[in-house]
Amino acid sequence: MKLYEMSATELSLLQVRGEVSAVEITRSFLDRIEEVEPSVNAFITLSPTAAMETAVGVDKRRHRGDKLHPLAGVPVAVKDNLCTNNMLTTCASKVLDNFIPPYSATVVTALHEAGMPLLGKTNMDEFAMGSSTENSAFQVTRNPWDTERVPGGSSGGSAAAVAAGMAPLALGSDTGGSVRQPASFCGVLGLRPTYGRVSRYGLIAFASSLDQVGPLALNAHDCALILNLISGHDPLDSTSLPEPVPDFSDDLELDPSSLRIGLIRENLSEQFDPEVRASVLKCVELFEKNGALVEQVSLPHTDYGLGAYYLIAPSEASSNLGRYDGVRYGFNAGGSDLETLFSKTRGEGFGAEVKRRIMIGTYALSAGYFDAYYLKAMKVRTLIRRDYMTAFEKYDLLVGAASPTPAFKIGEKTDDPLQMYLCDVCNITDSLAGVPSLSVPVGLHSGGLPIGMQMTASPFREGILLKAAAYLEEAGFYRPLRPQPGLAEEGGL
Amino acid sequence: MTVDFRKEVDYVARLARLDLDSEEKERMVGELGAILKTAQKIRELDTEGIEPTSHVLDLPAVLREDKVKPSLPLNRVLQNAPHRRQGYFRVPSITASENPAE
Repeated sequence: MKLYEMSATELSLLQVRGEVSAVEITRSFLDRIEEVEPSVNAFITLSPTAAMETAVGVDKRRHRGDKLHPLAGVPVAVKDNLCTNNMLTTCASKVLDNFIPPYSATVVTALHEAGMPLLGKTNMDEFAMGSSTENSAFQVTRNPWDTERVPGGSSGGSAAAVAAGMAPLALGSDTGGSVRQPASFCGVLGLRPTYGRVSRYGLIAFASSLDQVGPLALNAHDCALILNLISGHDPLDSTSLPEPVPDFSDDLELDPSSLRIGLIRENLSEQFDPEVRASVLKCVELFEKNGALVEQVSLPHTDYGLGAYYLIAPSEASSNLGRYDGVRYGFNAGGSDLETLFSKTRGEGFGAEVKRRIMIGTYALSAGYFDAYYLKAMKVRTLIRRDYMTAFEKYDLLVGAASPTPAFKIGEKTDDPLQMYLCDVCNITDSLAGVPSLSVPVGLHSGGLPIGMQMTASPFREGILLKAAAYLEEAGFYRPLRPQPGLAEEGGL
Repeated sequence: MTVDFRKEVDYVARLARLDLDSEEKERMVGELGAILKTAQKIRELDTEGIEPTSHVLDLPAVLREDKVKPSLPLNRVLQNAPHRRQGYFRVPSITASENPAE
C-alpha cells in the first residue's frame, strides 16, 4: 500500500512507530498530486515548499522526543475561502485573484500548530455559491470517480483531493450543504459541525448565520481527530461556542440497541434515484437488525426550506459581499468617481452566480420587501428548527439521502440555476437548524459512482454521528471506497 | 404569484452597485423571477406570532474583555490595497466628482 492511499490515522501511527517520516509522507502526497492533479484540477494553489518545511520541522521535533499532536506530519488541503497568511486566498473569484491575507484563519493556525503540512488551497464555487464547483472563476474540478462528472460543491476541490489520494484530510465550508454534498459525490466523509462549534474567523464570509467550517475525511476516526483540532471557542469569533469540546476520537464504539433512528420521509423521496434510496435503506436495516429503533419521521416544513434558504443566504451574502469595492484589497476596475469604481469592479469581478445571489439578496432586503421576504424567511427558519427539536425528542439520529442523485455530468445543470439549487434539497434544512450533519459513503451506484447517506444529530452531538459512521465502517459499508477508476487508465490503483 | 423582475432589475443593480450589461439584465429578469417564484412558496405558511431566528442557538452573546490589543501593522493592512498613499487607502476624489445619480 502506498502512503498516499492511507488514512490519517494510519499515517499518524506509522510515524509514532518510527516507520515513516513526515517528509516521506508529504513527498508521497506531492508525487500523487503531480500524477493525478492534471486530470482532476482540485487545487487553485499548491504549496509544496511550505508543506515540506512543515514536514521537516515535525521530523526534527519527533526526533528530539517532543510531544506531538496525533496529526503532526499528516498533510492537509484547505478550501480557498480560508485565509492563509502570506499565501494566495482567492475564494475562486476574480475579485480576489491577487489577495494575500495578512493573517490566517483560526482553523488554519490550528492545523499549522499541530504540524500538518499544508499541501495547497482547493478549488470551489466562487464565494462557496454553487453545488458543482463549476462556478469557480479559474477551473472546473473533475470527479475522480468519473472525470466527465462534477465533484459536487461548493467544497468540490477538497472532496476530490481526498477521494483521489491527493490529501488524506481536507477542510471545506458548509453553508447549505457545501461539505456534505461533495463528500457524497466523491465517496468520502463530510461533516458539518454544530453552528458555532468551529471558529469562522478568517473564513471568508458568505452567509454568516449559516457558514461553518467542516472536515472531509476517509473514515470516522480521521474525522474525529481533525474535528478535535479545529473545534472550540475562539475569542475572535463571537458566534463560536463556549461549550467544552469532548475528545471525539476517544470512544467511537456504538451500541446500536440504544440507538433511535428517524428516517426522514422528505429525504428519501420517491423522486430520488431508486438506487440511492435502496442504499440508504440497506444501511438503516443494518442498524435495525442489530437492535436500533427505526421509524419514519416527517419534518413537515422541509418543503419550505429551499425557499427560506434562497432568501436568507443571498440576503446575508449581499451584505457580506459589499466589501468588494476595489478599495482595500482585490480587483480594482478603475473609475473616475467612487460609484463607477464600485459598480465596475463588482460588475467585472464577480461571476454570474454571485451576481444572481447579490441581486436576490439586495432585492429581498430592500425597502418594501424586507418583511415579505427576509423576515418571513427567518420566521420559517424558526418553524424548521422546531421540526428538528421535536424530532430529537424521539430520535438520536435523523437519516436520509445526502443527495437525490449521484454526481451529475459537467455542464448538465449550468444553464438552470434552479435545478442547481435543488441539488442541496437534502442538506439545507440541517443548515437552517444549525445542527451537526454528516455525509457518509454507503456504496456504489450501478454506474460506479458513490452514494452518500446523511445523518443528523441534535446540537453538540457530533460524537454520535461519528460513532454511527464508525459502526458502518466496521460493518464493511465503505471500505472498498478509495477508487479513481477514471484515473486508472494505465492500471493505476 | 409571479414576480416581474423587469421593473426592478435596474433599481436593484444600482442598490447593489453592480454593473450589468443588457444581456445580463435580460437573463436576470428570467432567472430571478423563477427563483423568487420558488422562494415565495414560504408565503403559504402562517407565521403569525412566530419569532424570527437570527441566531440558531439560544446562547448569550459572548463579550470579550474591553482591552486594547495590538493590531496588524499598517503596512500589512495596506499590503493588498490597489492604490495607497501615505498610509491611507486611495480612492477617486469624492468632493470633485460629479455624480448626478447621487
